Amino acid sequence: MSDFNMPSLGADMDEGEILAWKVKPGDSVRKGDVLLEVDTSKAAFDVEADHDGVVEEILVEPGHKVPVGTPIARIRQTGEAPAESKPVPAPEKAKAPQAPVKVAAPKSAGQAPHLRITPLARVVAKDLGVDPAKIERGSGIDGAITRADVERAAARHEEPHVVKAPPPPSGADKSKREGLRDAIAAAMSRSKREIPHYYLSQTIDLDPALNWLEKLNAGRPITERILSPVLLLKAVAHAIWEVPELNGYWIDGALNQSESVHLGVAISLHSGVIAPAIHDADDKSLEQLMAALADLVQRARHGTLKPAEMTDSTITVTNLGDRGPEAVYGVIYPPQVALVGFGAIAPRAMVIDGQLVARRSVIATLSADHRASDGHRGGLFLRAIARLLEHPESL
Amino acid sequence: MSRTISYREALRDAHFQALSEDPRVFLVGEDVNCYGGTYAVSKGLADHFGADRVIDAPLSESGFVGAGIGAAMGGLRPIVEVMTVNFSLLALDQIVNAAATLRHMSGGQISVPLVIRMAMGAGRQLAAQHSHSLEGWYAHVPGLRVIAPATVADARGMLLTALADPDPVIIFEHVGLLALTDELPENAGAVEIDKAAVRREGSDVSLITWGGNLPKALEAAKQLEAASISAEVLDLRTLRPLDDAAIVATVSKTHRAVVIDEMWKTGSFAAEVCTRIVEQAFFELDAPLRRVCSAEVPIPYARHMELAALPSVARIVQAATEITRHE
Repeated sequence: MSDFNMPSLGADMDEGEILAWKVKPGDSVRKGDVLLEVDTSKAAFDVEADHDGVVEEILVEPGHKVPVGTPIARIRQTGEAPAESKPVPAPEKAKAPQAPVKVAAPKSAGQAPHLRITPLARVVAKDLGVDPAKIERGSGIDGAITRADVERAAARHEEPHVVKAPPPPSGADKSKREGLRDAIAAAMSRSKREIPHYYLSQTIDLDPALNWLEKLNAGRPITERILSPVLLLKAVAHAIWEVPELNGYWIDGALNQSESVHLGVAISLHSGVIAPAIHDADDKSLEQLMAALADLVQRARHGTLKPAEMTDSTITVTNLGDRGPEAVYGVIYPPQVALVGFGAIAPRAMVIDGQLVARRSVIATLSADHRASDGHRGGLFLRAIARLLEHPESL
Repeated sequence: MSRTISYREALRDAHFQALSEDPRVFLVGEDVNCYGGTYAVSKGLADHFGADRVIDAPLSESGFVGAGIGAAMGGLRPIVEVMTVNFSLLALDQIVNAAATLRHMSGGQISVPLVIRMAMGAGRQLAAQHSHSLEGWYAHVPGLRVIAPATVADARGMLLTALADPDPVIIFEHVGLLALTDELPENAGAVEIDKAAVRREGSDVSLITWGGNLPKALEAAKQLEAASISAEVLDLRTLRPLDDAAIVATVSKTHRAVVIDEMWKTGSFAAEVCTRIVEQAFFELDAPLRRVCSAEVPIPYARHMELAALPSVARIVQAATEITRHE
């Protein structure tokens, strides 16, 4: 029998609220089955079983918010003997750092043992997104955690428990800040704090690509047409083959280059922007990419993204669309090391073969982490995108 | 122009001004005329204003405080000097049951514009029956205003504002302050009696006190500064009604507080201040509150024992350091 714990559905998630259980005790589940729906500060996710088994017990009921790692259910693996009529709680509890919340137990029962922390420190911890339980020892009287301890913990921003950005200096009304806003604030603050960005831009002639696309779409029903952003995504995915150091994560002082290309696609929602991943974008045909993008956008708006989609992106692409500005110089989503931006596709004056002509073009930008790559390589990457788009048929 | 005067002289000047400006004002109390007052506050006033307005009372607190209440009801503006707060217990019935309630009991028809001054406090080897601090008892009672001048300027100005109050006001004059001197402008006069005053700005810890312990708190702040602890000193000035906003403001600034009170700790006025902090500024607190109060013993006569029983600069510094230190 194993505990099923509240999963981490993102680097900056430290707790989740259970919205609904899709299974009940006694149900057999297979790996990949949806067990429950969890709300993080960003969105609602379906959480899947990580192995086959039988649900023995639900430990936390919907409506409760528990820290990541808290056991929320017990699942007996296939082949394992059923538990005794009633579980003996003592040894289970002893090994679990956080006492599991029993069904119908009051909410507070899910909290760790009472923390010795000053009221002010508790408030500041909440504001700074610091989990005070992870502060080993307080410096205050009788070992109490004080505001200074919390602020020190927040300053060690590489610590995983820092999940939220400091409040704005104006002291804006906290209650109005939404979860997604907080998450964006935290990620973007961390990015600008930690990542030495460099920025490059390149104006790309899109006439060949768009002409090709129009021809391709001419023979298709509307529902099967490929939109220009998909072409751009595909170009990015292939350009990564040539400059792979832009694809991956900067973790613990080193670049972890990713074998796969999971393109994070920035999607604007009412409450903010999220960038779920299209997995293995480089291996997908234009048609598959188009379908994946449409599906992702729809599910993002409905709040039914899968956890992996929120955490797996290896590089992010932001496309501000045809009504957007000329160019976008984005902020890298840590721990990724690069972000590609596309501004509006519009006719621009370009010099082609010595002639000044109006061509439909786009300004592609690259924001990249200078720890992981240099401007020369970044430039090659943008040029590769431009070259690939000159020969769209090869995409 | 300014001049340096003592707290005692400032009180006397205030009486002189009040008696000069308003014919309804008179002073009554034990030994205030012939002897010039036990603490020499009224010295010389009798020569100037005569026995009708500076009146020696018999040793009957209940009697002359009651007379003061009657005179106030009749339209006069009496200042009743009760030699010390210890003896005021004999007049508690008059103060609590009559002075404080008559406006209410008469449906607003009767007001009692009475000022009662009391010396108070220990530190002068006057032993267990003459050293009390009981201002919290009076601050408990609705219908009274309770003020505690802690500076020469407040000694000069609070009496005049108290006399203008249509309801009874109790003024506590700590005997340890009488010799305190300060520079006052020639035209010093009435001061407001509604608000607490920050006597020293600081950022790490608030020392909250009033009356006789203000000089100790200020000295403690000086010593704390030498230890790199920045202490803010708040003088409450008026104990009833209490300036909650000032208390919350200083605690919100420093996030730590030590309340210094010469009352015994159990049921002290410091307890009230601490409770208000917890009620109104709980989430500002970054350390437990501390109280520096008198030891729970009758105040000893022996000098060293008396000093040991009272709030001291050293105890204030220790309490402030304890809750401010970081390992």
